[in-house]
Amino acid sequence: MQRDSIANTFLVAVVLCAVCGALVSGSAVALRPMQEANKLLDRQRNVLLAAGLATKDTTDEEIGQTFKDRVVRVVIDLRSGEVLADVNPDELEPLKDAKSSDDELRLALGSDDPAKLKGRENRTVVYQIVAEGDPTKVEQYVFPIRGYGLWSTLFGFLALKSDLNTVAGITYYQHGETPGLGGEVDNPSWKAQWEGKTLYNEQGEVELRVVKGGAAPGDEHGVDALSGASITSAGVEHMVDFWFGERGFKAYIEKVRGVDSSASTTVAPESSTEEAQ
Amino acid sequence: MSQKKSLKQVLLDPVFNNNPIALQILGICSALAVTTRLDKAIVMSISVTAVTACSSAAIALIRNRIPNSIRIIVQMTVIASLVIIVDQMIKAFAFGLSKELSVFVGLIITNCIVMGRAEGYAMQNKPLPSFIDGLGNGLGYSVILISVGLVRELFGSGKILGYTVLQSVKDGGWYEPNGLMLLPPSAFFLIGIFIWVLRSFKPEQVEAE
Repeated sequence: MQRDSIANTFLVAVVLCAVCGALVSGSAVALRPMQEANKLLDRQRNVLLAAGLATKDTTDEEIGQTFKDRVVRVVIDLRSGEVLADVNPDELEPLKDAKSSDDELRLALGSDDPAKLKGRENRTVVYQIVAEGDPTKVEQYVFPIRGYGLWSTLFGFLALKSDLNTVAGITYYQHGETPGLGGEVDNPSWKAQWEGKTLYNEQGEVELRVVKGGAAPGDEHGVDALSGASITSAGVEHMVDFWFGERGFKAYIEKVRGVDSSASTTVAPESSTEEAQ
Repeated sequence: MSQKKSLKQVLLDPVFNNNPIALQILGICSALAVTTRLDKAIVMSISVTAVTACSSAAIALIRNRIPNSIRIIVQMTVIASLVIIVDQMIKAFAFGLSKELSVFVGLIITNCIVMGRAEGYAMQNKPLPSFIDGLGNGLGYSVILISVGLVRELFGSGKILGYTVLQSVKDGGWYEPNGLMLLPPSAFFLIGIFIWVLRSFKPEQVEAE
């Protein structure tokens, strides 16, 4: 066959696509189990990072152990704030629920959607960090948050101290923001200034703001914006606003606060290190 | 490229004599972005070397069958497939690094070195020399990336591969880390200095005025 003939051109194109396609999908399928395991471990690490129980250098084994000892996962209903003790957190898929069209599983957000999520799952998992040796004493609550920045949805965790108002830490485990600009949400010194800030004002509204040009010293609701990343910074503010507002975890937070603090621990299903998503 | 070169020359020429970054000024983008730490630079170097070598060999293998009209897209397809495979492997075996390298592994596809070797060498040569040529160019890229990564990590954070070498003031030592080293412009200066040193030793690389 002539090398430059039309038939040969098509033949080469088709064969090449088939071979390359097989290689790419083969490697993707073969490596998926390892990647999933890595992602799971990474999420667990980030829960502990937000709570200040781990650092970047903590080994994988220690993460698994600490997660098992100190973290109790609780499934909650975001509509009522109720704890759903009979739902296994391993079987819950909040991100999938958020995309479904079933009103039982999600709340469509319509036009009032500051974090640009389109849909919010009705059930999600909250991570309670319990005291060492005393699984009934909750020291911190770690909430999953997400929202759109400039290029991508940022997925992260925000940890609150037991008063459910003071921030203990924030971390993002997945995003596609510009490295060096919006990607600085990963910067440890930026994340460090969140600690000790408070979420709510006296009226119980979310007051935490990401301030362009830098928060005033002593501003307990203000966090510095990221320079060169106004839209990512706004995205961070909006997602905090959303997830701790009326349509987020507020119902749950008020329920927990309403109960006498000594009995605030809700009956939680036995935690396991496995977590499906 | 007309005269026959020995395989050894094919391998070693791109490292200093015809370095893709220093002489051809290709692949600068990733050289600025992933050299803040040595481990990132090493993983990136290995990835680019593997992709360049394998894609050159694959393209050389089918060079007589590729119709002229679609040769660039054929090269791109081969390169893109290899990059995706490398990306998948990094995600499976070095997850932490894959997050930090983020888009730059995917961007190997657009790294001019890979495409340049495919079009400039592999299309005219047998698979083995093409593989060696890809390896050599990958090594040339690696030499710069790793030396820049070494200098930037050492002076930017006082560490090498995460181990403290120069105790920083913050941790109670004496060394004041140079913040500029962690910013992309420092890689420009370092690559510039590298080119200067290289051309002082090899004056034939200096462009004619």
